[in-house]
Amino acid sequence: MSLKIIVLAKQVPDTRNVGKDAMKADGTVNRSVLPAIFNPEDLNALEQALRLKDTHPGATVTLLTMGPQRAAEIIREGLYRGADKGYLLTDRAFAGADTLATSYALAMAIRKIKTYDLILCGRQAIDGDTAQVGPQVAEKLGLAQITYAEAIRKVENGKITVVRRLERGIETVEATLPVVVTVNGTAPACRPRNARYVQKYKHAKTIAEQQNAHADYLHLFNARAYLNLEEWSAAEVNADVRLCGLSGSPTKVKKIENVVFQTKESKTMEPTDEHINELMKELITNHTIA
Amino acid sequence: MPEMNNVYVYCEIEDGVVAEVSQELLTKGRSLAARLNCRLEAVAVGHALEGVGPQVFPYGVDVLHVFDDARLAPYTSLPHAAILTKLFEREKPQIALMGATSLGRDLGPRVSSALGSGLTADCTSLEIDEQNLLLQIRPAFGGNIIATIINPDCRPQMATVREGVMKKEVQNAFATGEIKSYQVNSYVNEADFAVSVIERRMEKSKTNIKASGVIVAGGYGVGSKENFQLLHELAAATGGQVGASRAAVDAGFAEHERQIGQTGLTVRPKLYIACGISGQIQHLAGMQESAIVISVNNDPNAPINAIADYVITGTVEEVIPKMIRFYRKNTQ
Repeated sequence: MSLKIIVLAKQVPDTRNVGKDAMKADGTVNRSVLPAIFNPEDLNALEQALRLKDTHPGATVTLLTMGPQRAAEIIREGLYRGADKGYLLTDRAFAGADTLATSYALAMAIRKIKTYDLILCGRQAIDGDTAQVGPQVAEKLGLAQITYAEAIRKVENGKITVVRRLERGIETVEATLPVVVTVNGTAPACRPRNARYVQKYKHAKTIAEQQNAHADYLHLFNARAYLNLEEWSAAEVNADVRLCGLSGSPTKVKKIENVVFQTKESKTMEPTDEHINELMKELITNHTIA
Repeated sequence: MPEMNNVYVYCEIEDGVVAEVSQELLTKGRSLAARLNCRLEAVAVGHALEGVGPQVFPYGVDVLHVFDDARLAPYTSLPHAAILTKLFEREKPQIALMGATSLGRDLGPRVSSALGSGLTADCTSLEIDEQNLLLQIRPAFGGNIIATIINPDCRPQMATVREGVMKKEVQNAFATGEIKSYQVNSYVNEADFAVSVIERRMEKSKTNIKASGVIVAGGYGVGSKENFQLLHELAAATGGQVGASRAAVDAGFAEHERQIGQTGLTVRPKLYIACGISGQIQHLAGMQESAIVISVNNDPNAPINAIADYVITGTVEEVIPKMIRFYRKNTQ
């Protein structure tokens, strides 16, 4: 039996490099100026999948991402690194989804993919940091979950052994496949793009993207089936639109505020003996220290 | 629509001891329950839980639900989730809180998905609004904004909170309450034990940064692990602890357990000495309630200086040894 692995990946704004122009005057985020990247921990998850593919002959790695059209970049990025296939789950009905509505849509798409032994995803996405989607997808599919994986020790005889990194320790667990595993950022980084795969997949496009492709390339999509990236709508994964997007989200954002810190009147000092002596005396006298 | 049921706190238990974060949440839960005029109930799931009652009743817990079974410790996701899901389906809490720990962030989403109710992760503040809804306030977008989240229609309103964000406060050290013990077999089945723990190595925390009155924290600007040693010397001299920014931890200058900020510890010492820390908002979120802040930075425009009481423009190598020297001189 060849191992079938699904990797859930998300395209996220790069919140780690937020410049001054990223915040609008009203305190909301100006997403358009932030670069869209492959969620870092999803890359760790992809690497775990590719390692299993390296060591398990016949194993396949399928990417699943939900997002707007440009999230097709995530699928191409995965293909460049060694994934076999990808699906873009895209529909206006998915917009505004919280983690519960997101995991519902992903679970419906996974049901459509139908055969799988292992579902991998990053522990959390850097735009929300909730770490909820992995466990919620597992619950929706009635599967067990293994969170915070740092290494997959082995997959054999229908079982998986995983080392988990917890806040205060390390745990090794075993479970029967299929199972959902969320991967920590402390797991090995993802391998770089492979030049051969970049050549192979650089013209891979979704149907919508093909509308804008140069006429010279159109014949390629007929000749080479692997260049057609599959795109699924809510209806195509049999999702109930009432459970998707904003309407399927129990949590609502009531208010967004800019982060404001209380600024203080500070006393500026030189690093001289005199100033530092004075400061230490003051801290001792007013019982701040000692 | 919302009904006036109770506030629940899932208590995290390791070796029979209720975690700090759960004690903090019980304190918060008590004040929410008082505001809503309802009861505070605690849930303990694990093994050998005889000692849990006296640990939680002092925080004003009215009812303690106990699920005691050898198979429930150490924690695994499915049986704990099955128990909470069934208990909540029957009891219909209006609010359910748990720690934003490795455990709580594994358990919470599973239970929220099973109940179809909303969960807000890593709240930094919980309040009740005029409609008696729980306002769940959390940093979002990498800490660049603060969002207020509500669950208008689904119950329970679930939230996780990191350790150290709320303050624990014993109400009455001798208080007692009602204990309800359950038949675990009516809540879990064999399939819930699909994941088995083969090996478990828990590290005892080497530091107690949160409880320290003085914290000497270093950032990427400290420059090296060797320079961090100076911070350890100042901390040792003043009876404090060493903390670090995420950048310093990522650079390998300090251990992860020393990380202060949105994804690390939240601290409120009497004195916070920030060395070579520029002051990204994610870091400020974890130390802004410090009583006195000293910033040692060679950049006079470091953002942290805006919230500092004292700003010393200079390098760590120059300033810290002088602080040690003059501290000793003035205390002898």
